[in-house]
Amino acid sequence: MAACSIEDVLAKVERDEAEKLKSITVQKELDLEFDAGNLLALDKNRIDVSDFKQQKKDDFLRSLARDNTQLLINEIWKHPTERVEEVIVVKLPEPTTVLPREKPAPKPRPPTKWEEFAKLKGIQKKKKTNLVWDEVHKEWRRRWGYKRAKDGTKEWLIEVPENADPNEDQFAKRNKEKKERVAKNEFNRLRNIARAQKLKVPGVGLPPASQQSKTELAQAVNIAKISTASVGKFQDSLPKEKAPRNTGKRRKFQPVIGDFADEKQKQLDILKIMDSKKPRLDITKAVNKQMREEDMEAAAKRRKESARKGRRGHMSGRGKGSAPGKGKGKAAKGKGRNPRAKQGKH
Amino acid sequence: MRPLTDEETKTMFEKLSKYIGENVKLLVDRPDGTYCFRLHSDRVYYISEKLLKLATNISREKLVSVGTCFGKFTKTQKFRLHITALDFLAPYAKFKVWVKPGAEQSFLYGNHIMKSGLGRITENTAQYQGVVVYSMADVPLGFGVAAKSTQECRKVDPMSIVVFHQADIGEYIRNEDTLT
Repeated sequence: MAACSIEDVLAKVERDEAEKLKSITVQKELDLEFDAGNLLALDKNRIDVSDFKQQKKDDFLRSLARDNTQLLINEIWKHPTERVEEVIVVKLPEPTTVLPREKPAPKPRPPTKWEEFAKLKGIQKKKKTNLVWDEVHKEWRRRWGYKRAKDGTKEWLIEVPENADPNEDQFAKRNKEKKERVAKNEFNRLRNIARAQKLKVPGVGLPPASQQSKTELAQAVNIAKISTASVGKFQDSLPKEKAPRNTGKRRKFQPVIGDFADEKQKQLDILKIMDSKKPRLDITKAVNKQMREEDMEAAAKRRKESARKGRRGHMSGRGKGSAPGKGKGKAAKGKGRNPRAKQGKH
Repeated sequence: MRPLTDEETKTMFEKLSKYIGENVKLLVDRPDGTYCFRLHSDRVYYISEKLLKLATNISREKLVSVGTCFGKFTKTQKFRLHITALDFLAPYAKFKVWVKPGAEQSFLYGNHIMKSGLGRITENTAQYQGVVVYSMADVPLGFGVAAKSTQECRKVDPMSIVVFHQADIGEYIRNEDTLT
């Protein structure tokens, strides 16, 4: 057993040495295809399945890989070599095999706000020529940019518009407008980027405008109100100030068919509150009452006078007239209370 | 279709109470069944519970009208009464104006009521009080707003306006396509 094992070991050593000294030439039925640029070798030889099954699979694969690598290295050595810092270096040729890209293809840039709008409206870009004829200089010039045709910024004189302030510097105004346009453009560009990355875009306070509309001002007020450390929680509102509308908050509604009794109770509560808020003293009503009493008094006086003159058959009229006469004294005192009494009755 | 919000309910009740005062309560709390207000395409409908349940079968786009239209909410969230609400306003009206037969037609064509056409008016009507307009035969014709108080009415000249026109039953023909 021991002798056998020694023989085995010796044989193995012998085999190992043979492996190591395996010649650098490898025989293949078909030549390999090489792409030295990618350090790639393609072996098109048929693999003998019986060989693969008989041998140990790992060993078979290892020897195959070793042979093919040897061929690849032989191929590399065919290229010119040079010595850089005591190391032999080969300059590989350009790779010929097209490899699939490592990273996924980049997504198309999300459309800007304008592009979305243009698509919605069907606005298409019109190609314009780069050069236009400049009448003043009698030559072809750029449509835009440096040395452009019809350059508004190169004017040495600007006419003051009829309705403008004569002391206003028109040049400074033009520069300012240009700066504002540039700033607005930059701002929109950043907003587009933020929108594309789905970041939260902060609301604009009040963009510069020549004339602010009512809605814009209301919006500015609303923004100013919530721009406190406590997000406007403790901000007092003016009397009769209306709650801001269209703030983006979704309203919640009761279901169409819900609790009818509850709904009724709620409406009755609203009516109750409305009733209690009615002014105790309705001034117009009181004044009307006063006016009416005065009218009746005057009428009674007239009737009395006519009765005194000797007309008969107005006894009942006098009786009627005397009642409001008595009431007149009370009217001044009871003026305020009467409407209330009336309301209570209703 | 949806129930009114509290704010909308308040706006509508305030408008209704100009005509029928606290009788609004009688519309909400009815002994003969459950009635409710529902908003559908900015219009307020007064519907019985039974009818409402039937109406839920109809999709929102297809539903034109259900129950009685009381009026509509404007885009600034004000409430406008429609003539269709007259059937519920007339029985509870607190302040009434009767129109002489000669002025009936003029009112039904959408004109204001002049002093000359005024038959009777409820005592103590204040200025700008909502009033229901009747013919002398006690047929409700519409509603409006008193331009003058009862007292002032006695003194003004016959051609001055005493009631501003708001709605009249002539609208059933004139505005047939928009009334629901």
